[in-house]
Amino acid sequence: MNIHEYQAKEIFRAYGVPVPRGGVAFTGPEARRVAEELGGNLWVVKAQIHAGGRGKAGGVKLARSLDEVEKLAEEMIGMTLVTHQTGPEGKKVEKVYIEEGADIQKEYYLGMVLDRSTEMPVMMASTEGGMEIEEVAAKTPEKIIKVAIDPTIGFQGFHGRKLAFGLGLSKEEIRPFIKFAEALYKVYMDKDANMIEINPLIKTGSGEFLALDAKMGFDDNALYKHPDIAEMRDLSEEDPVEIEAAKYGLSYVNLEGNVGCMVNGAGLAMATMDIIKHEGGEPANFLDVGGGANPDTVAKGFELILQDENVKSIFVNIFGGIVRCDRIANGILQATQQVEVNVPVIVRLDGTNAEEAAEILKNANIKNIIPATDLADGAKKAVAAAKGEL
Amino acid sequence: MSILVNKDTKVIVQGFTGKEGTFHSEQCIEYGTQIVGGVTPGKGGQTHLDRPVFNTVKEAVDATGATVSMIFVPPAFTADAVMEAADAGIELAVIITEGAPVKDMMYAKMYATKKGMKTIGPNCPGIITAEECKIGIMPGFIFKKGNVGLISKSGTLTYEASNQVVKEGLGITTAVGIGGDPIIGLSYKQLLPLFEADPETEAIVMIGEIGGTLEIEAAEFIKENITKPVVAFIAGQTAPKGKRMGHAGAIISGGQGTAQEKMEALAAAGVHVVKSPADIGKTVAKALGK
Repeated sequence: MNIHEYQAKEIFRAYGVPVPRGGVAFTGPEARRVAEELGGNLWVVKAQIHAGGRGKAGGVKLARSLDEVEKLAEEMIGMTLVTHQTGPEGKKVEKVYIEEGADIQKEYYLGMVLDRSTEMPVMMASTEGGMEIEEVAAKTPEKIIKVAIDPTIGFQGFHGRKLAFGLGLSKEEIRPFIKFAEALYKVYMDKDANMIEINPLIKTGSGEFLALDAKMGFDDNALYKHPDIAEMRDLSEEDPVEIEAAKYGLSYVNLEGNVGCMVNGAGLAMATMDIIKHEGGEPANFLDVGGGANPDTVAKGFELILQDENVKSIFVNIFGGIVRCDRIANGILQATQQVEVNVPVIVRLDGTNAEEAAEILKNANIKNIIPATDLADGAKKAVAAAKGEL
Repeated sequence: MSILVNKDTKVIVQGFTGKEGTFHSEQCIEYGTQIVGGVTPGKGGQTHLDRPVFNTVKEAVDATGATVSMIFVPPAFTADAVMEAADAGIELAVIITEGAPVKDMMYAKMYATKKGMKTIGPNCPGIITAEECKIGIMPGFIFKKGNVGLISKSGTLTYEASNQVVKEGLGITTAVGIGGDPIIGLSYKQLLPLFEADPETEAIVMIGEIGGTLEIEAAEFIKENITKPVVAFIAGQTAPKGKRMGHAGAIISGGQGTAQEKMEALAAAGVHVVKSPADIGKTVAKALGK
């Protein structure tokens, strides 16, 4: 689960990670009030969406008067922001964050993720603040300093020194930087985060380090420990079909193609997308109905797939294990009675009682349902059906 | 022969009396696995599925001599269960539970390693030595005895692969579902040498997916250390970047962990990489000259 910049900064504040003062606003007049309370004569108006690259897309703007704050906020709220991370459809801005202007002397990058090869959290720093870290990693990997932190010893001075000297910080800067990094480590561990990104981390004229931006992501499996974080979830940032799927314990991801897929198991679901592509088609979605598919989940699966108007055929690929195929075949028949399925459905059932299942589907004699003998046969038929060639 | 488990392996079940634990323990017993008891705190002294229930893993180990534990406890208690098993001297914990917090598993695995306990999973189908010992939730009948070792991050795709291998007239020595979480126990790199050393295993199938670097590490290892033919399929060639595909670890982040880079690394290491998941069985048969 990801949260907004303003929410991440609230958490940072609570942990003593320095951030500029600011407040969230849902309307122009509200933005003005926030700016007034902050005081000063320079503010930043920042669109709150779950995506990076806001600056270049016009989602971060400077204001030099309260009138300008109000005007910019009004322009931003309601606009659709398209950045390199939102996809072409962009994301609608529903709130803005008003922050005091900062005296930026230098920009850095500081982030944390789980390093899967050492199985420890790793802190990464770079002098290339403001740039995409992926780009830095690709072009100048030597400019990224990485420190894996063994959680059994926690954040130690040497971790901080390795980062600070790596960044070329001066003697006076090292202490405030290490204090900042140590607080950040505590946030990451305490909150079961799986990603923190501060880009840029700035050094001000007075030698302070401040998180000018803040991105945080959390381990969904650990949210039960953190009701305060779970409450920060913004459903408007997520695909409504994915939310609907999750309610029924299904895992769905929308894609661009026209061959719908319904599969049990995440690995087989990905493999099914791959084989559709391999056979010359394009998958319309990833859909895992879970290891044990039943009539209800199958019916819901059809419903989710058919919400996508691009879908021209559906490939149901179920490998029955403990759950028997004959039960699933009956589930499919039942589902087609619950949901109107108006595209060809290619059904491949293999595993326990596969033959009985084939018999059930054959005897049902529903014209839309086309049985397949194996994975390749099913994929070929589904692709042909989507092209109107079956 | 086989790897890690066989017909003589004594297994206890943590979360024995729960719904999942009960159902799958029954299935394992039916398959022939020596389930010698189980652990459910507070139910010690009872009998379940004709086997003794203990309050602690230590008591279960002392009374039964079990060396392997199959873990079905709910996600919030999984790390605790793993560490208890490690503390009690269990040699291998097979963690079936899905949805355990990553941080918890990070600590649990560190402790297990310190205690010398191997782990498989979490969020995995388990391990099966064909026609001898099933410790997990896979449908046993798909795994006919043969000479192919199988290592996979995915459950149903493991069944698919085994089914294809069997349809070619071949079979399985041991199949290990290693799970698709960001932190897992035994992985390709630890399992490949076991299959290399197993005289019955003649070929190895490895099934990977997007996310992380385990397959890349495996490729490096195979190049130097594995002489038996390896056939690999990587799921998620068509997965979009930045989207989690079901498994918690199946995500391409920062352009890293794509199927493409894994397939290239494996091919460069001499592995038979198949693009289509329908070609796994055929390719194994071909690699074995059958």
